Amino acid sequence: MTSVLRLDGVDRSFGGRQVLKDVSFDVVAGRMTGFVGGNGAGKTTTMRIILGVLAADAGQVTWQGEPLSRDARRRFGYMPEERGLYPKMSVREQVTYLGQLHGLTADAARRATDGLLERVGLAERGNDLLETLSLGNQQRAQIAAALVHDPEVLVLDEPFSGLDPLAVDTVVGVLRERAAAGAPVLFSSHQLDVVERLCDDLVIISDGSIRAAGSREQLRSAYTTPRFELVVETDAGWLRDQPGVSLVDLDGARAVFDLAVGTDEQPVLRAALERGPVRAFRPVTPSLAEIFREVAK
Amino acid sequence: MNAMQATRLVAAREIRVKLRDRTFLISTAVFLLIAAAATILPPLLSGGPSTVAVTEAAAGPLRAAGLEVLAVPDDAAAEQAVRDGDADAAVVAGPAVLAMDDAPNDVVSALSTEPPVRLLNPDAVDPVVAFLVPFAFAFIFFITSQTFGVQIAQSIIEEKQTRIVEILVAAVPVRALLAGKMLAGTILALGQIGLVAVVAVAGMAFGDSGGLLSLLGPAIGWFVPFFLLGFVLIASMWAAAGALVNRLEDIGGVSMPVQLAVMLPFFAVIFLNDNVTAMRVLSYLPFSSPTAMPLRLFTGDAAGWELVVSLALLLVAAAGFLLAGARVYEGSLLRTNGRTSIRTAWRERETLG
Repeated sequence: MTSVLRLDGVDRSFGGRQVLKDVSFDVVAGRMTGFVGGNGAGKTTTMRIILGVLAADAGQVTWQGEPLSRDARRRFGYMPEERGLYPKMSVREQVTYLGQLHGLTADAARRATDGLLERVGLAERGNDLLETLSLGNQQRAQIAAALVHDPEVLVLDEPFSGLDPLAVDTVVGVLRERAAAGAPVLFSSHQLDVVERLCDDLVIISDGSIRAAGSREQLRSAYTTPRFELVVETDAGWLRDQPGVSLVDLDGARAVFDLAVGTDEQPVLRAALERGPVRAFRPVTPSLAEIFREVAK
Repeated sequence: MNAMQATRLVAAREIRVKLRDRTFLISTAVFLLIAAAATILPPLLSGGPSTVAVTEAAAGPLRAAGLEVLAVPDDAAAEQAVRDGDADAAVVAGPAVLAMDDAPNDVVSALSTEPPVRLLNPDAVDPVVAFLVPFAFAFIFFITSQTFGVQIAQSIIEEKQTRIVEILVAAVPVRALLAGKMLAGTILALGQIGLVAVVAVAGMAFGDSGGLLSLLGPAIGWFVPFFLLGFVLIASMWAAAGALVNRLEDIGGVSMPVQLAVMLPFFAVIFLNDNVTAMRVLSYLPFSSPTAMPLRLFTGDAAGWELVVSLALLLVAAAGFLLAGARVYEGSLLRTNGRTSIRTAWRERETLG
């Protein structure tokens, strides 16, 4: 039995407009999977289908090899994109209530709530009405609500939007714990730098289709041309004439360049050494934003 | 966890939240005050010593008890005085007390031995009461179904508006969500009118309207099942109306038909309650039968089978509206972009159910 949340050929249309086309990818247990795509690319629809909040027109979602049932989904943790809890209920009471709805006994739900509020830094605000909390704290409450029943699988739509950097760290910490405990964690985000820092695997969706999926390293090597940074002592403009080199950025003695496919970087280094001392020579790993731009084109 | 447990959890939350709602608590207190005042005050206000018709020979002890004595030549004249309304009661040979529809306790207790009381027209309904009772029934049904119906709609909209509905729907079946809300609304509504009934009954006993109580008893007993089904009928419409909109501010637009379905029968029963034919028709129509049928029973106008038939009709209507309301609810619950048309909601089910 593999602990994989798998989407297989999922289609969905709204009123004749197809918003998901043959969406298939895996979310592997114990790994953080980042789900990125532009506005309207289909991230939220995909997540809603995973949670059964929306039905798929075709295809299926399986967990550990079994099609999802309501009972299985009850053990999922979900944080919808457009958030909300009950404004007029205390944080503690509603997190406990959600725990019970997910199948915990009243006692277990209370205990889990207390532990989580402590963990996300809301222990002292637990008895306050949600509407009296700052947006950031409401967001923390939302995280607690998604985690209260110790879910087997986590699906979080934009969990970091609206969080201050400190809260981001708290949430990242909590999510990493869950992943380390063996849960698959799928989260979407617009903040590519956060995804970059956080995800093990990456799924890129654009216009309703999956454009790329795999581990971060795989994607890096698959979707970018090899890029290097060279720092010498004098002007590095001579690089322009090297075979297979295309300059990306030149700033006096510092240059960033791409190599054509099949070109080795060592001859370039030798050429540089022939001209004088080399202060730095290293591969530049492309940022996620760059991969994303490349893939989503 | 099954749907039943989910329903119970949802209902428990709704009730908990409502019991903390100050507006709800105050309105309940006001109802109780009205019920107490309406039953205790009138007998007190109409109080004062009764006038008793009696022959001069027997007048002594009654005068001594502080009663107003109307001296008459004989027992026949005494009875006539009661019938004419010149006296509230008469004491005749036996001794016995005569009265029209209610034995004045002060007269009875003024006699050293408690004499048998013979009522000349025991079933007559005081015209004031005859006006007040229909009004009270219609008013209770109107106010309660309105209050708790709106509450169900508001709770649905709150969940849509805050989007918590997505988390809820991911965890429990949509129908359990709706069932929990309906259950909570029904329990709260019944609880509230139950409290009002207890206070009213206690008030009648305290205010010495025991006779009225025995007349009203069956009507109140039948009012309960009629009320229950009538409430489900109205609440289903409110649930559907609530699910169609996304913001509390928009409820006005969709609630018009529901308001009419509550208001028209209310006014029909109030204004037509002395028109026998109209009341017969109203007592079978599902929206007005919850008030019209118990009323006909109260005025002694309805046969037992009529109650059963009317209740069965109401049951069918309530079940139909509940199913339709559930379908609209399911079809529109997750449509959070603006107002959903009832046709769209009916046709498409968004969720897995």
